[in-house]
Amino acid sequence: MTFATDLMNIALVIAFVVVALSQIMSMVRLVIGPNTGDRILALDTMVVNAIGLIVLLGIAQGSRIYFEVSLIIAMLGFVSTVAYARFVLRGDIIE
Amino acid sequence: MTLELIGTIAIAICLFIGAIFTLVGAIGLLKFNDSLTRLHAPTKVGTMGVGALLLASMIHSYTFADGSMHELLIMAFLFVTAPISANFMAKVSLHRRNCETPPDPPRDRTWSTLDAPGGHEDLVDLIAAEQHRDTAS
Repeated sequence: MTFATDLMNIALVIAFVVVALSQIMSMVRLVIGPNTGDRILALDTMVVNAIGLIVLLGIAQGSRIYFEVSLIIAMLGFVSTVAYARFVLRGDIIE
Repeated sequence: MTLELIGTIAIAICLFIGAIFTLVGAIGLLKFNDSLTRLHAPTKVGTMGVGALLLASMIHSYTFADGSMHELLIMAFLFVTAPISANFMAKVSLHRRNCETPPDPPRDRTWSTLDAPGGHEDLVDLIAAEQHRDTAS
């Protein structure tokens, strides 16, 4: 039993650190990204990584209320990515 | 007891896989040197990593509680929308001429997001002026 708890805690800590690290890497690309497409891609990646972080938080706290949060963030992330890309492509979001 | 141990090990494996995939996607996003090459890493690998994390959450809910399949909704939504947004971002890179553009079409003039480059002088001049303004500002 104590082995299972230790394994769970170690895996959670490692996953938190690694996903936060990749979030920071995406932020670096967002800052230095030379083109507009790279910045949109970095924002999309940051949204996906944020969903991963929230899911990890739900596992760590054993709570079920983070499911709706991550679902809404997934939908908003997709809509905002399409809106950014459409603004660059067409010059307007809703024509 | 034993079932709980097996569930915990499965959760740990899924967490490791998800973390490694997410990290690989972020490294690819940071280290590749071309716009369209950079598009490959996070849109595929990052989606896979989040899918593994959601699978871990699902196994966790089955191991320590009654269990629920709600995470399948997020997984399906992400797996469906990731190629669409990747397609949009590739279109943005083509539209801004930030990458190696495809060759001219053989018959008509419709090309990627605009008319074929060189076929429509006004449009090309307009884009050149816009890029010049972007680099100047």
